[in-house]
Amino acid sequence: MSARGKTLSIERVTVSFDGFKALNDLTLQIEPGELRCIIGPNGAGKTTMMDVITGKTRPDSGTVRFGPKLNLLSLSEPEIAQAGIGRKFQKPTVFERLTVFENLELALAGDKSFLKTLFARTTGAQMKRINDVLDIIGLVEQQQMFGGELSHGQKQWLEIGMLLMQNPELLLVDEPVAGMTPQEIERTAALLQSLEGEHSVVVVEHDMEFVRSIAKRVTVLHEGRVLAEGDMNQVQSDPRVIEVYLGG
Amino acid sequence: MRPRYTLWVSARKDSGSAWFLGGLAAIVVAVSLLNLVVPASSPLHISSYGLTLTGKYLCYALLALAVDLIWGYCGILSLGHAAFFSLGGYAMGMYLMREIGPRGVYGDPVLPDFMVFLNWKSLPWFWYGFNHFSFALLMIVLVPGGLAFAFGWFAFRSRVTGVYLSIITQALTYALMLAFFRNDMGFGGNNGFTDFKDILGFNLGSDRVHVALLVITAIMLGASYLVCRMIVASRAGRVIRAIRDAESRTRFLGYRVESFKLWIFVFSAVLAGIAGALYVPQIGIINPSEFSPINSIEIVIWVAVGGRGTLYGAAAGAVLVNYAKTYFTSALPEVWSYALGALFVLVTLFLSRGIIGLLSGRLKKRKRAGQFQIQADRPEPSEE
Repeated sequence: MSARGKTLSIERVTVSFDGFKALNDLTLQIEPGELRCIIGPNGAGKTTMMDVITGKTRPDSGTVRFGPKLNLLSLSEPEIAQAGIGRKFQKPTVFERLTVFENLELALAGDKSFLKTLFARTTGAQMKRINDVLDIIGLVEQQQMFGGELSHGQKQWLEIGMLLMQNPELLLVDEPVAGMTPQEIERTAALLQSLEGEHSVVVVEHDMEFVRSIAKRVTVLHEGRVLAEGDMNQVQSDPRVIEVYLGG
Repeated sequence: MRPRYTLWVSARKDSGSAWFLGGLAAIVVAVSLLNLVVPASSPLHISSYGLTLTGKYLCYALLALAVDLIWGYCGILSLGHAAFFSLGGYAMGMYLMREIGPRGVYGDPVLPDFMVFLNWKSLPWFWYGFNHFSFALLMIVLVPGGLAFAFGWFAFRSRVTGVYLSIITQALTYALMLAFFRNDMGFGGNNGFTDFKDILGFNLGSDRVHVALLVITAIMLGASYLVCRMIVASRAGRVIRAIRDAESRTRFLGYRVESFKLWIFVFSAVLAGIAGALYVPQIGIINPSEFSPINSIEIVIWVAVGGRGTLYGAAAGAVLVNYAKTYFTSALPEVWSYALGALFVLVTLFLSRGIIGLLSGRLKKRKRAGQFQIQADRPEPSEE
């Protein structure tokens, strides 16, 4: 393991699909331990940006670095995950036919080759890590339930828990509170804030109330590039932002 | 900390496995005794035909186990497993052909009859070594395993999944069938191999040898079952099920999905090859029709009927469907293919977990209802 806390720098990244520029010369930096919210209208390039960071989409040009040396564009998806970047998808995807405990077990950091997992035993330290994360995400009581039996909110927390199992330096979270009840939203806010400092967290979210409740720093994307950056009040009073996004 | 022998403990608690292994032992002991000990005049006597038939069913059960491992647990619907089965069978057949030696119709000490018939002067290079049983055993594992490795390497790396993969596996077995039909391939053309005399010096015409082969088949089936059980109960087994349910999620967790699929596919192909190798000496013939695409589809039907994702369900399904096939193809031959098709449709529509699901359904439902009751009684700790 390398020293904790690396800067994610995206520089001049362009991605085009059939001539449409999903990302257009995007430059963005996330500092170690920072909790950053990214907002923007539909089609602003938020999901494409996540895809580029996690290796799902390869950009036409530009660089993406994690720390001073690591070039993410030369790594495969599993290699990026192993380098310490975890991603939570928009739609909760947990393993529905495995238990909550098993879901977390599979997310354990460590050697993930076929032979190693074939003979793997869960050690005491690993058990402790699983129990700690069960505690953080508040699913201790549900640990023997199948993923498919959880409520929508519980699935989202389980998925965040699966990311935490790998102890990632950077956590990408795509629309965590979509479809949640107010109580669930409140708990999710507390959960994400508790991660700040320990992990860098990037949250993409539509829900303005939620963003206001957790964000110190907000980036607004528009047409594949950064439109504005700052705290929530600065961003909301920026005339360009009002025009494209908040104004209506 | 979990106890060291969790696997053993869980195997003992696993009533499905106990029933399966117990049932397998009971069938083999009963059939062997009824053939060897009970006199032929008794109505309880099992003929050589019945003995061979039992052996055939067990080979099919092993084949179904192989398909269930990759389809039921990893979600890879292979419609080409008959190819691996046949290749294992051909490897065994080549040994049995060379074992005939000068006892063939043409009496050539080295060349099998079909080569003499084709006017070949010498043995093709790929027949070298098959006079040794140990070499044949090696090929039974290496040829299906090697083909599965090469095929899986390209298919899984290119992320070919779902129905596209199924179609390619059909094409694979179809291509092999056409190739093996050709006389100049050197595998006996459409007649394949037959008229075997003995295996390791034991006469293949004797019931005692067939009983021995049946016992060996049952032991291989039981051992393969336990190894499959160990795989699916391991963490790798949970990764495989995770791939089945959410492949890209598994990839994002840092697992090399391709390599998990590849190793499971290769292992499954090797099991299929072993099943084929056990099948050939008992049935006494192997020919290219074993490669035909419909055979691979039938295996999938056995697994679906028995109940996929249980292992023993697949094995039981193979035996039951083939027993029905044996009965119907002699009693009502023209009805069989319709009956098989209807069976598959009915099982898919109404019994998604197969016969095993039907049997265990009621018990499980009661158990789970109890569990939910307990959970409902507990106060939700997470919410105020």
